[in-house]
Amino acid sequence: MNELTSISRRNFLRLGALGTLGAAGAAALAQQNQAAAHEAAPPVRPNSDGIDHSTHGGNLTVGDVDTTPPNFDPTKYLTAFDYGKMSKLPNGQTLREWDVFAADKEIEVAPGVYFPAWVYGTEQHGAHVPGPTFRCTEGDRLRFNFLNAGSHPHTIHFHGIHPPAMDGITPILQTGERFTYEFDAKPFGLHLYHCHTPPLKRHIHKGLYGAFLIDPPGGRAPARELVMMMNAFDTNFDGENEIYAVNTVAFHYARHPIPIKVGELVRIYLVNITEFDPVNSFHLHSGMYRLYRTGTRLDHYEFTDTVTMGQGERHVLEFTPDYPGRYMFHAHQSELAELGWMGMFEATE
Amino acid sequence: MDTTQPASTPSAKTGAGLPAWLSALVPFALLSALVAVFFFGSPLAVFRTEGLPPVESLSLERIELRPGKFVATVFNSSPDPITISQVTVDDAFWQFEISPAGPIPRLGRSTITIPYYWVQGEPHAIAVITESGTAFAGEVSIAVETPQPGMTQFIAYGLLGIYIGVVPVGLGLLWFPAMRRMGRRGLNFVLALTVGLLVFLLIDTALEAIEAAGSVAGVFQSLPVAVFAALLAWLAILAVSGKQTESGRDSSAGRLRIAALIALSIGLHNLGEGLAVGAAFALGEAALGSFLVIGFTLHNVTEGVGIAAPMTKDKPSLKAFVSLAALAGLPAVVGAWIGGFAYSPLLATIFLGVGAGAIWQVIVEVGRLLIRDAEKHGESAANWINVAGLALGIAIMYFTAYFVKF
Repeated sequence: MNELTSISRRNFLRLGALGTLGAAGAAALAQQNQAAAHEAAPPVRPNSDGIDHSTHGGNLTVGDVDTTPPNFDPTKYLTAFDYGKMSKLPNGQTLREWDVFAADKEIEVAPGVYFPAWVYGTEQHGAHVPGPTFRCTEGDRLRFNFLNAGSHPHTIHFHGIHPPAMDGITPILQTGERFTYEFDAKPFGLHLYHCHTPPLKRHIHKGLYGAFLIDPPGGRAPARELVMMMNAFDTNFDGENEIYAVNTVAFHYARHPIPIKVGELVRIYLVNITEFDPVNSFHLHSGMYRLYRTGTRLDHYEFTDTVTMGQGERHVLEFTPDYPGRYMFHAHQSELAELGWMGMFEATE
Repeated sequence: MDTTQPASTPSAKTGAGLPAWLSALVPFALLSALVAVFFFGSPLAVFRTEGLPPVESLSLERIELRPGKFVATVFNSSPDPITISQVTVDDAFWQFEISPAGPIPRLGRSTITIPYYWVQGEPHAIAVITESGTAFAGEVSIAVETPQPGMTQFIAYGLLGIYIGVVPVGLGLLWFPAMRRMGRRGLNFVLALTVGLLVFLLIDTALEAIEAAGSVAGVFQSLPVAVFAALLAWLAILAVSGKQTESGRDSSAGRLRIAALIALSIGLHNLGEGLAVGAAFALGEAALGSFLVIGFTLHNVTEGVGIAAPMTKDKPSLKAFVSLAALAGLPAVVGAWIGGFAYSPLLATIFLGVGAGAIWQVIVEVGRLLIRDAEKHGESAANWINVAGLALGIAIMYFTAYFVKF
């Protein structure tokens, strides 16, 4: 209701400067009236309108996204690792090979809200945001045969150590062009990949990114492993995000809690690719986690329940639930949490 | 048809062998065919680009605050139906119910109920997000429970209208005896002052109409609506007063008629003021409201003077005075009710447009009184007394408006 913005309270206060008797008198009267209005204010009661308030006081989206194949299922994405086509090179080195493509695709980012995305895909993963989680072991030879099937020029830029010629800055591939990125996997840790074609902001926030996981040669302790990509969507292209999430769909894990077991180690591969906001964060309720920064060392850096990350930062988080029940997790920027970046673990015995 | 001509065959007249009614249908048939081609075919395919988002235009017309919830009315003025997928309150997704469920048709309305513990006296922002991710925002500038129509509220809003409309006009009319004792020059001065205050009201009403038009959905073409309303009001009053003879105008009845015309047009203006005050109270500007009420009362006292001015040569009955006060003041009551319980910017635009048209014609009528008097006495109508009266009228309205403009 802005038809009467000309009569705003701020403007009313400005009148005090007039200092005329009439204004002062009337203002005093107005204040009295206001005080009276305050006392007479109706108590704000819980309502009985039949709307479900059981979930976090109404701060949720309405409805559910369609996760039937070939649509994106955030729950399946958590544990979907793409190891590539494996073979041995003559020198005994393991070769992993992927056929990757970029494409245009409309995706559902909140129930009933569609976003014209640019996506990476593989045969195993399909074409989604985030792209496939490429997983390998330190020392493997990696080969990504990339085809740009999208309407715009794209590349794949990998984080990690590799020859600059394989870095994905050049060549920029026009529609229909191919390029093979080939390098050895190092160092072990949690990395990421994304398109590096300018304008970078647009190419990243439209969805061209994914997790790139290099396991240490001896592996890590057995655990329930989950990939979480903190991302966001500027659905009206005004340079600010309307929707935040882990793994694209706002509030998906609030509606569909992630099942875990009491006493079982949970390992989260957490990546922040949120565009436009300077930082994002991960806060766990009812528990604390060991934080392995960038996952590049096997001794943990910190024992905490909140970590703040700039764009492109990624960490490995490990915790073991002590009690059964629902463990909330969310960005500890309340605004981001309330715009979709909130979820639940459901721990059972 | 020319009936004096001898009867001839229809074919001779149309030259096409078709009855007149049938030939009149030919353009319609061709038009229908053209519409069908556009509807079923795609003659504009060359302009079409893949993947363009739909043109969407939604407005949150009214946001009501009830205990523990917002109830928002959403109007769709875009070319296609729109589905509201999500709702945010203060940048947080919130659960809601929409009724009727499903997409909102073009020119349709839906009601969105959002359970929310709003904070008394603080602002809130509500946004609806459509399928395409476009957000349309509405603002609650100060959260306070929206008045629901009930006897107490009805009386309270009615009294509001009486304070700002009937009371000041009535008080202004009480100057009539004093005005009667003034000489010709004094009376002309008061009439010129009336023209001055009407000129102020004309500009004020026109600007208010433009402002109200600004918040109406584009499909209603609110600015042209305001202009047409003004034009029609002017023509209607012209038609009514046109029946009078020139001599009739200078009779006691003629002057009373002019006073009634002034009262009517001022009434239309006061309707707009009632709307503003009623809506301000309903939107939680109660603190401002009492200030507004005092302001409008002072501002509108001059209107009573304006109504009385043309009748100073006569002895109107008490009944005439009461009727004039009611005509000029009671519309403020109606305005306060509409503003409080069913504010609609489109309705406000129409009322204000009508008010502007009416005031224009009254300026012409009162001006004519002054011109005729000046001619009778061999003076120019633009003499110092008249000009000073006009200037003072504008000045009084301008400075008393300090109480109601922010």
